[in-house]
Amino acid sequence: MRSDYEFKSNDEQRKGVKGAREEKSPSFSRIVWRRFKSDRFAMAGFYTVLSLFIISYFTPIIANNKPIIMSWEEKLYFPAVTDIAPLKWFVDYPQFKSVDFSEIKYDKSVALVMPPIPYSPYEINLSEKLQPPSHKHWMGTDNLGRDVCSRMLHGAGISLKIGFVAVGIALIIGILVGALAGYYGGVVDLLISRLIEVVMCFPFFFLILSVIAFLPPSIFNIMIVIGLTRWTGIARYARGEFLRLKNQEFTEAARALGVSDRIIILRHILPNSLAPVLVSATFGIANAILIEAALSFLGLGIQPPLASWGGILSLAKQYIEVAWWLATFPGLAIFITVTAYNILGEGLRDASDPRLALPERR
Amino acid sequence: MLTYTLRRLAYLIPTLLGITFVTFIIISLAPGDPVALMQSGEMSARISPAAYNQMLKHYGLDKPVHVRYVIWLKRLITLDFGTSFLDDRQVIEKILERLPATLILNVTALLFALLLSIPLGLYSAVRQYSLFDKVNGVILYMLYSLPDFWVALILIMFLGVKLKLLPFFGIESMNAKEMGFFAYFWDRILHMVMPTFCLTYGSLAFLSRFVRGSTLEVIRKDYIRTARAKGLEEKAVLYKHVFKNTLIPILTLLGILLPTIISGSVILEYIFSWPGIGALFFGAVLSRDYPTVMGLSFITAVMVLLSTLVADLLYAWADPRITYD
Repeated sequence: MRSDYEFKSNDEQRKGVKGAREEKSPSFSRIVWRRFKSDRFAMAGFYTVLSLFIISYFTPIIANNKPIIMSWEEKLYFPAVTDIAPLKWFVDYPQFKSVDFSEIKYDKSVALVMPPIPYSPYEINLSEKLQPPSHKHWMGTDNLGRDVCSRMLHGAGISLKIGFVAVGIALIIGILVGALAGYYGGVVDLLISRLIEVVMCFPFFFLILSVIAFLPPSIFNIMIVIGLTRWTGIARYARGEFLRLKNQEFTEAARALGVSDRIIILRHILPNSLAPVLVSATFGIANAILIEAALSFLGLGIQPPLASWGGILSLAKQYIEVAWWLATFPGLAIFITVTAYNILGEGLRDASDPRLALPERR
Repeated sequence: MLTYTLRRLAYLIPTLLGITFVTFIIISLAPGDPVALMQSGEMSARISPAAYNQMLKHYGLDKPVHVRYVIWLKRLITLDFGTSFLDDRQVIEKILERLPATLILNVTALLFALLLSIPLGLYSAVRQYSLFDKVNGVILYMLYSLPDFWVALILIMFLGVKLKLLPFFGIESMNAKEMGFFAYFWDRILHMVMPTFCLTYGSLAFLSRFVRGSTLEVIRKDYIRTARAKGLEEKAVLYKHVFKNTLIPILTLLGILLPTIISGSVILEYIFSWPGIGALFFGAVLSRDYPTVMGLSFITAVMVLLSTLVADLLYAWADPRITYD
């Protein structure tokens, strides 16, 4: 009886201590998230970015000339669904290889359920070229009669992908370079800082233009070139954080324990230096999306027939006197995406800045 | 100060070498060459290998890359950028002919951005959390994310094509030669309105957010509290103490802004058919006119590096706390 009581109290005590500790100091990322959530403006940016990703993921069943449900030789098939990411790598319908979906989509007995926008971004229909927005083509058609809305949705995926991968490359380079400079200091720091300054004051768009124009245009090349030229901001933040953290007690403790430099950099300093770096990366994504749009607008980025927002805008320049819809919608899409990323970055910065005592507003 | 300036000038040399070397290697190693491109354009008939090689030799493209780079460097010392592959004119001549158009656009845009952003930023900061601050913040935020080439298209569509209010092609009208002085002057101004606006608003948004931020920082400083505590009028505090101190960081910003503005003018010059170096660069890149691309890369790099240096020196001059020695 007595021992039971002791055991119980001991357990409760432990629980209590654990609970108390959690209440006292929630983790950094938790604080950031809580502050971020209370910022309605930033949350709007977050939800916009999130819904952009969701929409572009499900684009094959939103804008496609393949039916979502289709009956073929007394069996049901889901050709549009199998265009979505993990499925499209595994499921293959060899019997539809020779089928022209732009023909059968009007056959109600075969195409049972069509996507809300029943046009593929590549479907050319010259009899409907340069149509203004209507109930049939929500955002009109381009010079080849392709549905602009469908091309916009497919372009969204490309824009998001380029923003993400390009900044991913920039992040890897930036963190690596910044970490080396900040952690080792001395000559390494001097050389790297000079290099960063040089790259920063170069009119990078000239460099990107000359590289892109002389390389065969592909999504991959665009991602790499943007990544290779836009790492400087990230590197500067990473360097600053590493300079600040390398002399703090926890780093010195790790060093005293004989932990190798690599582990100190990767396990101890890096996680603590990520906040400003990620904020800068968020702004970088917005920037990369703008650069891609500008390149495609100049005809050096995404090449037709592949759909991209900048590409539609460059058509808009050609048909500026007749087709207002070609200029309006892709521009709005770029604007909304870039703003959302910028707001998100701003919100993250405010939420992760320990110096900023946020005014308590609901 | 002098030693610092000299050291910075000495740094320019490796920097420029690096920039030109990277550009040279990239454009030389890319597949395809200008001779092949010329052939595919004008005469589709295939030329004999002998004639092809002769043309390569004529343009100096038969030697390996590093040899060509050294040749280019040697010529650079005498400021000889070679002749353009397109029309056999001196590259330096072509650039100097185009430079004024770009400069007038960029300088006007920068001036407007500065003149507007400083009062906007200051007022916003002084009235922090007021309605003006909030509305101004949202509008500037949106301007900042608006792609300039899209704004240019929309402006052309409404003001140019639909309302026929403003010209949107080139730097002057077709009949500019027959105009009187004032008519010509007015014509030039009208042609500048849309490109300047598109070039200005982005840096305006960036700058005035920056001014607001740095003003907010200065306002909380002890010396401002002291100025208020000793009974200075709010106006005097603002103009004499706050304003002057917020100006200092703006100087460094100009160094960062300049490359952005020059880059931005490439796409705007293309849209408005503005005869500046941006449009020249774009054309040269597309036709693989190596000497022109190299010449322009070099000159823009020099311009940007020198203006960054000037901005840094002005910074030290304006703020006695900063010494570079």
